[in-house]
Amino acid sequence: MTLNTAPNLARPDDFYEALINMHRGLDDEASQTVNAKLILLLCNHIGGHEVLLEAMRLARASSAEALAEAA
Amino acid sequence: MTPSQNIDYQQLRFSYRPCAEQTPGMAAPVHPVVVVGAGPVGLSTAIDLARQGIAVVLVDDDDTLSTGSRAICFAKRTLDIFDRLGCADRMVGKGVGWNRGKVFLRDQAVYEFDLLPEEGHARPAFINLQQYYVEGYLLEQAQTLPQIEIRWKNKVSAITHHEDHDALLVDTPDGPYTLKASYVVAADGSRSPLRRMMGLESQGHTFRDRFLIADVRMDAPFPAERWFWFDPPFHPNQSVLLHRQPDNVWRIDFQLGWDADPVLEKTAERVIPRVQALLGKEAQFSLEWVSVYTFSCVRMERFRHGRVFFVGDAAHCVSPFGARGANSGIQDAENLAWKLASVLQGHAPDALLDTYASEREYAADENLLNSTRSTDFITPKSRVSRQFRDAVLALAREHGFARRLVNSGRLSLPATLHDSPLNTADRTPLAGAMCPGAPCVDAPVVTAAGASWLLRQLGDRFVVMVFSAAAALPQQQFNALLELTRLMQPRPLHLLFVSDAPVTAQDQFLLASVSGGIATQVQDSDGLAARRHDARPGTCYLIRPDQHVSARWRDIDAGQIGAALLRAYGHDAAALPHRHAA
Repeated sequence: MTLNTAPNLARPDDFYEALINMHRGLDDEASQTVNAKLILLLCNHIGGHEVLLEAMRLARASSAEALAEAA
Repeated sequence: MTPSQNIDYQQLRFSYRPCAEQTPGMAAPVHPVVVVGAGPVGLSTAIDLARQGIAVVLVDDDDTLSTGSRAICFAKRTLDIFDRLGCADRMVGKGVGWNRGKVFLRDQAVYEFDLLPEEGHARPAFINLQQYYVEGYLLEQAQTLPQIEIRWKNKVSAITHHEDHDALLVDTPDGPYTLKASYVVAADGSRSPLRRMMGLESQGHTFRDRFLIADVRMDAPFPAERWFWFDPPFHPNQSVLLHRQPDNVWRIDFQLGWDADPVLEKTAERVIPRVQALLGKEAQFSLEWVSVYTFSCVRMERFRHGRVFFVGDAAHCVSPFGARGANSGIQDAENLAWKLASVLQGHAPDALLDTYASEREYAADENLLNSTRSTDFITPKSRVSRQFRDAVLALAREHGFARRLVNSGRLSLPATLHDSPLNTADRTPLAGAMCPGAPCVDAPVVTAAGASWLLRQLGDRFVVMVFSAAAALPQQQFNALLELTRLMQPRPLHLLFVSDAPVTAQDQFLLASVSGGIATQVQDSDGLAARRHDARPGTCYLIRPDQHVSARWRDIDAGQIGAALLRAYGHDAAALPHRHAA
């Protein structure tokens, strides 16, 4: 099983709105905690170690690029 | 000294006596092995070597055993080793046995574990026992062995390397003398003076956190379990660990944070309120020992340097969470002892000693990995690390998956030496955990003398364990096994037959007669030995003197067993002629 990066969300715009709404009324600290919980819940749902590593790699790669551009 | 339950081991003093080397005009002999450091690891090494018939000089710079609060959790594998060394009964008799642990978040239990959820093992998952008892019992065992000479107040101050020996300069109350040895075992602790003298170091992570240990004497209602709290109401934002020890002593380990003042926090004025917060204001207790510690997860790059072998804390250090310090050191000792004995007795090449280093470096990495992961969870090193830790704990209250992520210490298990060059790979697949490199698992058996345990039939020498009654084997196979033991002489090789048939004294006498005493048979009374070794009739295992599996087969082939045995002694099996084929 490899990481699926093709469109897969059943209701993409509804999802995105819900994701932002999840943080409504939270300060940065509380938002970070909620994000961490969400990541843990989703990672457990996915389960496969290789898929998770691939997602981490992709997430980190774009951040590393942004850092390099800013420098 | 006669063994006694009532000795105050912390108060014992051992007298310095001049040794043979200090006699004027006496040429210094080359001892087979000098062990430096009479802690639990040094004492275990000396006893194990003595059991193999090797004379040992054990030197210690002090004249006392351990004092105060040090190692307390001794794991099943360590107890199995102490069984082989002849002193586990006393330890288990005195110690507090436990298998279960609980993890609390604030005031709520979020996770429970049972480290030994099955029957049929001689020893529990753990006992808690103060290190001074362990050292005291090991010392009393060592004192019964004429091969061991212990020299107190003998402090090694220099080491030089020579063609056929190493020479230690030893300071004593009577001045220095030279102590020569074919091999030196450095069991001289985490600050290892020998390591420093040789210009070597241990490297790795240090953690910016401080912990307070309070060993408290009291009558308390807690069960004999390991209890670990994250953020408890009585010690907010930090962790606390509670362990029961013998003599109504309880170990309480409070996380303090990096900014805590280590001197101030040791004072009774600071410690007593912390303990009262846990136990209640009315609790009656006295402080046995208080200390504030920091820790690091480090190891030497190599555990062998010529004739010097580093063992225990001298070679590697871990955090206390997981009880992987003393336990891994005892396993170092047992790994090294049979190899040194085999080389000294001419049964094995020097290359066998290199596998002490490779096998135990591998085990140390496993211990360091587990210990570092636990510590990263208990003491998060960054903001995001702390956020994820707190998120795990928050989710753990309701969700099973998060409980599995809670890491308050992954408790000591022996390493399976998967990639050891001493292993012979399976030719036909066998199932279960007892693959080459694994430490053998215990099972109840019945011998001609009565109920016993499988592990007590193993160890100290190589054993071919055959799952069959001796009488049920075809005569030709039985003869081939006997012939193998003759071909391998003078290397000691024992045959152990394991079957579901009862063993009478007469059976055992006959088997001993035809085998010249090298074969015994036991009954696998509950079928657990066979089940735990995925055995069918004819399955056989080659087991090392340290009870680790070297090789296993579905069928008996004396030629293959012989080749695996030589490989396990450090001979390159590929280079051997096939003259041992039966």
